[in-house]
Amino acid sequence: MTLTRRDVENIALLARLRITDEELPGYVGSLSRILEFVEQLSSAETGEVEPMAHPLEDQVQRLRPDEPTETDHRELYQRNAPAVEAGLYIVPKVIE
Amino acid sequence: MSLHLKSAAELGRGIRAGEYSSEEVARHFLDRIDQGNDRLNAFVTVTAERALEDARRADAAIKAGEGGALTGVPLAHKDIFCTSKILTTCGSKMLSNFVSPYDATVVERLAAAGTVLLGKTNMDEFAMGSSNETSFYGPVRNPWDENRVPGGSSGGSAAAVAARLAPVATGTDTGGSIRQPAALTGLTGVKPTYGRVSRYGMIAFASSLDQGGVLAQSAEDAALLLEAIAGFDPRDSTSVDAPVPAYATQLDRPVKGLKVGIIREFFGEGLDPATGDAVQAALEVYRSLGAELVELSLPALPLSVPTYYVVAPAECSSNLSRFDGVRFGYRCEDPKDLLDLYTRSRGEGFGAEVKRRIMTGTYVLSAGYYDAYYLKAQKVRNLINADFKRAFTEVDVLLGPTCPTPAFGIGAKVDDPITMYLNDIYTIGANLAGLPALSAPCGLVDGLPVGLQVIGPHFAESRVLAVAHAYQRETDWHRRIPPAWA
Repeated sequence: MTLTRRDVENIALLARLRITDEELPGYVGSLSRILEFVEQLSSAETGEVEPMAHPLEDQVQRLRPDEPTETDHRELYQRNAPAVEAGLYIVPKVIE
Repeated sequence: MSLHLKSAAELGRGIRAGEYSSEEVARHFLDRIDQGNDRLNAFVTVTAERALEDARRADAAIKAGEGGALTGVPLAHKDIFCTSKILTTCGSKMLSNFVSPYDATVVERLAAAGTVLLGKTNMDEFAMGSSNETSFYGPVRNPWDENRVPGGSSGGSAAAVAARLAPVATGTDTGGSIRQPAALTGLTGVKPTYGRVSRYGMIAFASSLDQGGVLAQSAEDAALLLEAIAGFDPRDSTSVDAPVPAYATQLDRPVKGLKVGIIREFFGEGLDPATGDAVQAALEVYRSLGAELVELSLPALPLSVPTYYVVAPAECSSNLSRFDGVRFGYRCEDPKDLLDLYTRSRGEGFGAEVKRRIMTGTYVLSAGYYDAYYLKAQKVRNLINADFKRAFTEVDVLLGPTCPTPAFGIGAKVDDPITMYLNDIYTIGANLAGLPALSAPCGLVDGLPVGLQVIGPHFAESRVLAVAHAYQRETDWHRRIPPAWA
C-alpha cells in the first residue's frame, strides 16, 4: 500500500495531529513502508479463525455495582490543566 | 564489598541485620547517580529528598522490629508509573509538566513494602521504541558501551540497574520493553502474565498487551520484586483475581526432567551467529542439568511483528486520544480555535515515532480498512496464541534468544522504523499471547551482553523464574558488571 500526501494529510486530520509540511514527506514514506510490511498478514489462512481481542480467553470483563466510590477531586485534578477558571476548563470560543 | 555490588535481596538482608542503615544505602546510590547520570541519562527525575525520607522511615521500622525482605531497599520507577507529588513524563513533551494526582498500584505496593524511591527513569516516549532514542529527554546510553543503545522502551531502568545506580527498577513490556533492554544490558527482566500486575496508574500504550514487571540483577531479585507488585487490583478491570505464589521461595525447583521447547523459528535467518552460539551454550547447561530439550515449530510466530504493528498502533491511537491539550498535558500557544488547539497541542507535544504510530493506528481502524488490517491481525493473533497453546501441551517452557543481536549503535536504526521494529521479533509473541516471559544474561559477544529468553504458560511465573535461577546457580553471567561501573 503506497500512501499519497493527501492520504497522510487526511489520516493526520482524523488523528487530530498537526503535521508540518517539512514532516509530511517523511510520514508518507514511513507509513507506506509500515503498511507494506504488515501486508504479509494477508498470506495467513484465517478462514474460520475468531479474532482475538484479549490475551486471556476465558477472562470476562469484570463488572462492579453501580455505586459511587469516588469523592470529588476536581481541584486536585485541575491543577494539571493548562487553563482553568472558576472550576471550568477553558478552551477557545467554540460557538460564535 | 561496596554496597552497589550487592543484590536487592542482599541489601534487604544487610539492612535488617543492622550491617548498614537504609539511609547509608540510599546515600550511596544517590552519590552514584550524581556521578554517573550525566553520562548515561538514565534518570529523568532524581528524588533525593524523598529517598532519604523513605530510608529514615525504613530504618525506624527495622528498629521497631518491623519490615520485610524489601524494607529499606532503594529502587527506581520507569517514568510511565504515576507518582503523586513527583513528575511523571512518560518520556514525552506532552507530559513534561504532569504531576499525577495519585500513585500507580505498582508504586503504592512497593512503597508499602518499605522500598526507597531514588527517582524516575528515562524511557522511549510513551514506551514506543526499542532503543530509548524516542525520548523527549534524549537517548539513554548503554553502560557496557556508551556509544550504544540500552534497548527500550525501559532503557533508563535497564541502564540504571546495569550501572548499579539502582539495585533494581520497574519496567513495562508491551512488545519486549522489559526483556529486550534487560538482554542488551546484562540484566534479568521479567514480564509476567497479562493481568498479573495491575495497570492502574501505568500510562497506557496498548491495553491488551501492556504489562508491568521488573529489571533486576538476578532471578532471585526479580522474584522478590514481582511478589510485591503482583496480585489482584479492583482498580484495573483486566487485573486477574488469582492468588500470587511466593515466587522467591519457589526458586529452587529443579529443572531435572523438565521438558524444554526450542522454537525452530527463533534460530533462523536474522539471528547473529555469535548470539546464537551463546544461547546454544546456555541450552547445553540445561541439558547437563537433566532437562529434556525438544525442538518444535510455531509456524504462525514469524507473523508476530506485523500482527503487533497493527494491533499496538490501533490501541495506541485510541489510548492517546485522551491527550487533547484541555485537561492535562501540553497545550500549544495561542490556539485560534478548538481544532487548532487539538491538532497543534498534539502535533507539538508528541514526538515523531508516537505520531507515526497514532497515524498507523488511525489508518488501520478507519472505515474501509478495519477488516483488512485490524480484524485480520486479531485473527492472526489467535493463530499465534494457538501455536503457543499447542507447544505448552508438549513442553513446560520455551527457551531461545531474547534479541537477534547485541546492543546496536546510537543512531544506527533511527531512520528505518521496520529495522527497528524487527528488534522485537522474538519478544512480541509472548505479549500477543499474554504469556509470562523473562530474559536472563547468558554470555558476552565482543564485550556486550546476550539474553536468553524463557517463556512459560499463563501464570507460570514461578516456573519461569526457577528455570532462570537454576541457570544462574551454574553460571555467573548475571554477576558481570560493565567494567566502567564496577
